Amino acid sequence: MKITLKVWRQKSKDTKGEFKTYQHDHVSSDMSFLEMMDVLNTELIKKGEDPIHFDHDCREGICGMCSMYINGQPHGPLQTTTCQLHMRSFKDGETITVEPWRAQAFPVIRDLVVDRTAFDRIQQVGGYISVNTGGVPDANSIPIAKKIADEAFDAAACIGCGACVAACKNASAMLFVSAKVSQFALLPQGHAERKERVEKMVNQMDAEGFGSCTNTSACEAECPKGISVANIARMNREYFSAMISSYEVKVGGGE
Amino acid sequence: MKWLIEFFTSTLGRKLLMALTGLFLILFLAVHLAGNLQLLKHDEGRAFNVYAEFMSTNPVIQLISKGNFFFILLHAGVSLGLTIHNRKARGLQGYAVSGKSSIWSSRNMGILGTVILVFIVIHLKDFWAQMHWGGIPTVSYDGKEYRDLSALVAVWFDKGWYVALYCFCMTAIGFHLWHGFISAFQTLGLNHPKYNPLIHFVGKAFAIVVPALFAWIPLAMYFKI
Repeated sequence: MKITLKVWRQKSKDTKGEFKTYQHDHVSSDMSFLEMMDVLNTELIKKGEDPIHFDHDCREGICGMCSMYINGQPHGPLQTTTCQLHMRSFKDGETITVEPWRAQAFPVIRDLVVDRTAFDRIQQVGGYISVNTGGVPDANSIPIAKKIADEAFDAAACIGCGACVAACKNASAMLFVSAKVSQFALLPQGHAERKERVEKMVNQMDAEGFGSCTNTSACEAECPKGISVANIARMNREYFSAMISSYEVKVGGGE
Repeated sequence: MKWLIEFFTSTLGRKLLMALTGLFLILFLAVHLAGNLQLLKHDEGRAFNVYAEFMSTNPVIQLISKGNFFFILLHAGVSLGLTIHNRKARGLQGYAVSGKSSIWSSRNMGILGTVILVFIVIHLKDFWAQMHWGGIPTVSYDGKEYRDLSALVAVWFDKGWYVALYCFCMTAIGFHLWHGFISAFQTLGLNHPKYNPLIHFVGKAFAIVVPALFAWIPLAMYFKI
């Protein structure tokens, strides 16, 4: 396969970026998108040029590191992570446009790499449970209906890649935050800190400068893990009931 | 009190305001349509005039009407604030290639809403302001005086361009409702597999039927059906 790549190149956070076009003549349809980028980078290094910087880690579709906006879609044309996208999804001779995630809360660090620590800070204010582990409890000592467990598991499948933010016209992080809120709200272990969690996480989300949801469902359509927007409705319910009924907790974004 | 301010300045709180005011305006549309449909009666506008007189003089209706104006302004104002917030969140650098993984109306609620707001202003100037402050000729039924609003409606709906404008605005309302109705329930957190099919069916039916009936009235009057 031969392809033309239009890639966003940007030296650093504060410099202006621009598209650069690369002709790539050694592409196999069996390559993953990242492998194709590796081959291109090897060629660039041989030529003494600066290789294209991009995020990647496990290359198994479970870590959430890869983050390219390919031909107008986060992670490209398939509902997978970029590492699980293969060149057979493209046509021979095609021009592929590769951009970084675009959001005020996800500043570009270099080329296709964006700073997603805003997600970490949202997690840090409440995306966990605090319990004294004590002894090992007996299996099934806390009965949980299978359907509820499944629902919580589906929410927990979120890998925090940020495709929802990239796909959203408002750069809203609500699919991510709602998945993290839901996985605990559904389970008894999460109930102790339920109200405080949703208040803090929503406040941190706002403080990070993410947009608000307009229910276009673009996030759900692009999420590589198929997280449902039903989680956003759940987060809204959780937040409204928490705000009107919780004891006053200190809310507001962290540093 | 601090929590209340925090609540209604958060993105979720502001979305809640959008959903609640939106649902109120949906109810208002249904009531307004029920009144307008009386124009289709071939009784020289009597039923409609009696209804309009009641609506513009009854103190309870007048109070609800004040609320209605407030909710329209609140709906528009909060959406303006959220739109500015969302534009800022998206950042200055846009995408070179942008996918379309959502329905058109959901991405263009602001434009549709602006069309509707302009329509509301025109509509208020032509009918509501005339009813309240304009010298509308009166008509007498059973010895009681009524303002002849139906005659004013007939004058406007005899102009082809006005009927076309009206129908265009009803289309905008239809698209706005197509997304807005269902979206309001989602924002309120009312998303449940048992009730979703009902919400979706009613929402989409409402978005088609209500604007279509609104638009049918000027068309019927223009073409003398």
